Amino acid sequence: MNAEVAAATAAPEKKEFWRWQENTWYDESKNWKDAKIITCGIDVGSVSSQAVLVCDGELYGYNSMRTGNNSPDSAKNALQGIMDKIGMKLEDINYVVGTGYGRVNVPFAHKAITEIACHARGANYMGGNKVRTILDMGGQDCKAIHCDDKGKVTNFLMNDKCAAGTGRGMEVISDLMQIPIAELGPRSFDVETEPEAVSSICVVFAKSEALGLLKAGYTKNMVIAAYCQAMAERVVSLLERIGVEEGFFITGGIAKNPGVVKRIERLLGIKQIDTKIDSQIAGALGAALFGYTLMQKQAAK
Amino acid sequence: MITAGIDMGSRSVKVVLLEQIKVEGAKEPSFAVKKAHLMLPGDLDADQAAEKAFDAALAEAGVTRDQVKSIFATGAGRGQVAFATEGITEMTAGARGAVYMYPQARTVVDVGAEEGRGIKTDPDGKAIDFAGNEKCAAGAGSFAEAMSRALQLTLKEFGEASLKSDKSIPMNAQCTVFAESEVVSLIHSSTPKEDIAKAVLDAVASRVCAMVRRVGIEGNVVLIGGMGHNPGFVQSLKTAMDVDEVLLPELPEFVSALGCALIAAERVH
Repeated sequence: MNAEVAAATAAPEKKEFWRWQENTWYDESKNWKDAKIITCGIDVGSVSSQAVLVCDGELYGYNSMRTGNNSPDSAKNALQGIMDKIGMKLEDINYVVGTGYGRVNVPFAHKAITEIACHARGANYMGGNKVRTILDMGGQDCKAIHCDDKGKVTNFLMNDKCAAGTGRGMEVISDLMQIPIAELGPRSFDVETEPEAVSSICVVFAKSEALGLLKAGYTKNMVIAAYCQAMAERVVSLLERIGVEEGFFITGGIAKNPGVVKRIERLLGIKQIDTKIDSQIAGALGAALFGYTLMQKQAAK
Repeated sequence: MITAGIDMGSRSVKVVLLEQIKVEGAKEPSFAVKKAHLMLPGDLDADQAAEKAFDAALAEAGVTRDQVKSIFATGAGRGQVAFATEGITEMTAGARGAVYMYPQARTVVDVGAEEGRGIKTDPDGKAIDFAGNEKCAAGAGSFAEAMSRALQLTLKEFGEASLKSDKSIPMNAQCTVFAESEVVSLIHSSTPKEDIAKAVLDAVASRVCAMVRRVGIEGNVVLIGGMGHNPGFVQSLKTAMDVDEVLLPELPEFVSALGCALIAAERVH
């Protein structure tokens, strides 16, 4: 048994390699108390939950954390995480919009909006009004969305039967290799020769195939590369079904994995629009922006 | 004469040693199962696992390697059994083993860890047709395993729990990953574990049944492979296939290894 196989087959450690780090950010140059309208978007995903605060239509802060086993608490905890840091109370927020897989479980939300609409709106804010094609890869879903210059959805496609080509696949590999998920992307390029993509589509099969590759003498980095390539090919086929227009933007956790992103760009022959904002908050940001629009409409009445 | 069949599955290795015995007046050769030995999951180095399982089986049976005339291998990892004389497909091995145990069987349902398949066989145990999963692990043991993990039940408790339910809750998700979330949602909506377990096994059974229908359900049905140990699944399968009886060997996971050893014996002649 070679060392890498031994490492991969050793008793699983408690350490959770597959989770992205929880993080909180807010714009220190501003004070939320100066804002006229404060809205919040909460995206309860299958793996992580994000709460985003928007002050007068501008991103102010966010908190990203894991989704617990109890959705109402995930939403509350995500929001509490940022409110505690900036000394805000729930009463200070004018409007809350829930989105994502657990959107109906945000107990204090005024409204629930689908994540497709929210991601398009969030992507429009993050990538600018040139964004036309959005690829959203979350924990268990993968969506290709077309939108107009206002971030309004014009068409979309998503995986509905199979989790291949979603973040879950990457989590499985990260866990199998015992390598933190954030390191997978860079390591996938640290190979002498680029291996063939993993051929299995199913997450369950791909895990067995990855083990087989390690046994056959592939290095961990090569297996990761083969897996990133497979994932890229998979989502590109989804994208091609709907068509890819210039103004390409990737949201969701996978956008943080350059191993997949760069391979997608290579296959499509176009580059995605860059942003400095954490791609995982796109859905919650869109939800908060929808909340802001609704408040403005109410004020106009 | 002693022959061996090694079934190198995706999760476990099964070894059967078979001794050909002379029975006075019998035209056909008779066999006695010398020893069956199971190597449980966990040992993922295929070469070593096969070697270890084989040695353990030899030791238990009190047979030396030199006494084994021929070793045939089957299963997804048959190519990795370096010491095997020959490799045969799971369909060939499964059909042969199933018909040896139940001569009246014509439809063989084989549900292992990552594979589910339906095999149509002739009276000699020759596979005529088959259909299996290729792209997706739903409809196989690992799916059920993942769900029992989500329910925090052992596989044994899981199968038994399912038998206690008479409800039919549809599972919408086919994919193992999606189904896990669905199971978690069901737990949160306070659905009893028994009902969830049944829903999961009904889903696997309906998926397996759809595969078997592609070859046609004919004559007696025999279930082989590790999922045969799950009584809830056996019940769900009966309902899904709409048959009165599913023939179930005591050690369903060894049937392919047995078929493999039988074929090894037949080909020596």
